[in-house]
Amino acid sequence: MITIVDYGASNLSSVAKAISHLGYSATVTSSPKEVAAAKVIVLPGVGAAGDTMSRLGSLGLIAPLVKAVREGKPFLGVCLGLQILFTSSEESGGLDCLNVLPGQVRRLPSSVKVPHIGWNQVRQKAPHDVFKGIPDEAHFYFVHSYYADPDDRSLVVGETEYGVRFASAVARGNLVATQFHPEKSGDWGLMFYRNFFRFAGVR
Amino acid sequence: MLTKRIIPCLDVTGGRVVKGVSFVKLRDAGDPVEMASFYDREGADELVFLDITASSDKRNIMVEVVEKVSRQVFIPLTVGGGLRTVDDMRNILNAGADKVAINTAAVLNPALIEEGAARFGSQCIVLAVDARRVEGKAKRGKGKLALTGGSRWEVHTYGGRQPTGVDAVKWAVEAVRLGAGEILLTSMDADGHQTGYDLELNRAVSRVVGVPVIASGGAGSLAHLYDALVTGEADAVLAASIFHYGTYSIRQAKVYLAERGIPVRL
Repeated sequence: MITIVDYGASNLSSVAKAISHLGYSATVTSSPKEVAAAKVIVLPGVGAAGDTMSRLGSLGLIAPLVKAVREGKPFLGVCLGLQILFTSSEESGGLDCLNVLPGQVRRLPSSVKVPHIGWNQVRQKAPHDVFKGIPDEAHFYFVHSYYADPDDRSLVVGETEYGVRFASAVARGNLVATQFHPEKSGDWGLMFYRNFFRFAGVR
Repeated sequence: MLTKRIIPCLDVTGGRVVKGVSFVKLRDAGDPVEMASFYDREGADELVFLDITASSDKRNIMVEVVEKVSRQVFIPLTVGGGLRTVDDMRNILNAGADKVAINTAAVLNPALIEEGAARFGSQCIVLAVDARRVEGKAKRGKGKLALTGGSRWEVHTYGGRQPTGVDAVKWAVEAVRLGAGEILLTSMDADGHQTGYDLELNRAVSRVVGVPVIASGGAGSLAHLYDALVTGEADAVLAASIFHYGTYSIRQAKVYLAERGIPVRL
């Protein structure tokens, strides 16, 4: 069973629709209990990190999410669902995040147009099941102004260039997180989701 | 590398796409879901739906259209037309839109941009600007956005019917300051003529805003798309007629651009 965390992220319905289109059944919930009991967690997100952290906080979801990652539950973070896994973000003047992956979230450089909106390539830095069948440097859809800069570069499984070379996909154990939006990335995006759920042992 | 986007625009009224009548492959050319799927399969990078329904009591039909499309098409969807409030935005985003395009409501109430960006993030808020060239040295309007002798384009609202006395370039800058994450820039002079985008307008706006600009209005050939991206410095091109009437496929457009060194998603 797949559990999609609902804290009001505006891409929640897109993520849920992509997953159901693939034929998986998923529960959408904002209950800390249900998140704690989840087998596989998907954390969507788009917009502002500060807003996201405060909503997760007021719903009591921070502790169960951190616990799930620490316990090694299969976990997929998308966009802000990647950024907030790190130690802290430059967004809104500095913000403490979930701190399950060491590293900072930084603003994209002013040499390029921000937000970074559109289809960009993901260079596969390390082989991973989530990329099975997806060509190296395939295009995925991005919408963001900040990017994660992990302390441990071995977490980086996908990289993208936009003013700076940044981690567009990270993985550690059963955790995978993407800066891009697989739910908006056409066929490769749907394949990415399917690959993740297979990797996570979802039937 | 970030690619330039090709975006077909679907005008919808009463739940049906208008203009799109010449697809032979489609059973129902006017069905928004089928047309969206068709363009998705062809490689469109994004879709824009504009609700051109005149009466506001039929606007909930658009919500149903977006709901259906987003269950089958997994590329970004922008929806505009008749959105007046943050609640309107939320309804259409909940239905499955990724971004909302606002024009008239933003001109009447610029705080709507701020409120929308605070609630949904700047990446959700597309400022649609309908701009028409100013004849001579017209001076109209009030405040810091007013047309002065040097203004070259004026913002129009209500589907192009209402001149506003607002300078289009200044308005784009102001809207980005308020939180717009993208500009959908339509030249009313060029729109429908298929003689090319207004490259000067595009460049003027693209150079002063730090967010992506989508060129719109005037595409009649593949060279026009190229010119908008290169000379017009646009980040994306929107077109309706050339795709709806089957003059060119999305794929043809992308191959043409790729052959000329423009990064596209093929």
